[in-house]
Amino acid sequence: MVKMTNLKAQNQAFFKTTQAFKKSLPILMGVLMLLALADALIPKQSYRLIFSGKWFFDPLIGAALGSVSGGNPLTSYIIGGELRHEGISMMAIIAFIVSWVTVGIIQLPAEAIMLGKRFAIVRNAVSFCMSIVIAIVTFLTIGTE
Amino acid sequence: MIKKIIDKVGFGEAFLLSIVIGYVILGIFDFALLKNVLCVLTRLIARIGPVLLIVFVVMFFTHLFFEGQRIVRLLGKESGFRGWIVAISGGIASSGPIYMWYPLLSDLKEKGMKDSLIATFLYNRAVKIPLLPMMVHYFGWNFTLALSIYMILFSVVNGVVVQLLTQRGIEG
Repeated sequence: MVKMTNLKAQNQAFFKTTQAFKKSLPILMGVLMLLALADALIPKQSYRLIFSGKWFFDPLIGAALGSVSGGNPLTSYIIGGELRHEGISMMAIIAFIVSWVTVGIIQLPAEAIMLGKRFAIVRNAVSFCMSIVIAIVTFLTIGTE
Repeated sequence: MIKKIIDKVGFGEAFLLSIVIGYVILGIFDFALLKNVLCVLTRLIARIGPVLLIVFVVMFFTHLFFEGQRIVRLLGKESGFRGWIVAISGGIASSGPIYMWYPLLSDLKEKGMKDSLIATFLYNRAVKIPLLPMMVHYFGWNFTLALSIYMILFSVVNGVVVQLLTQRGIEG
């Protein structure tokens, strides 16, 4: 009897999970297709050209750039490393790395559909601002090393 | 017209359809670029496949073992300090792209998970333990340590601010 109940519960759990997945799959696929498009269309070298060299604007630009980019965080480290060699300020690089993983403009539609429009917009906006705050605080802690 | 399509096929499907149309248009104008984009897409799908499987398994066990009330106790209004710890450690431990976790979080939200904890979970996904050696390689130990600590601390601030701004009060 217990085994029967367990099997029933497992079947129910499997059914619920499959249903939730079926609902999410078109959105996930759409996000993946958008990411692939952005990855192929935006050359990695173009990031360097966007920075102004001004300490006030560069963190803002870094955060904005990280927000519209996506993909493996490793890519952000590599680009960040290259930008550092090019002499871009650490504050801008930190804002770029942090916003790369915490803000997602490309996946915003998916986040809005699944977690609510208001939540998605507020979370991304707060994370954007916070990436600049973290950049400043981290920069003040470690200096220019 | 667009509303009719959305009503008929659903928002997710309409969203996917619009991107497929974008791909077709791209293919008409620049087929070589489309091939390049499709190569990137194939690599992306191959990379996230295993993560998707992990998410499926986690969701399955959540459905199997965590009833609504239990989730609410763990991650809802009354979760307190334990809720923050679960959200932080869950965010750090979760792997793969952020959007792979939306289905699970959407599910948990329906069961009563607070917005602040969802935001904290998502924020902590930025702390990638397997990638830390790479960060150390590029930026050094001090940078990696300072940034990781700040990310964890600010994830809580992020959660609180998101909760306040979504107008559900700090307790959700």
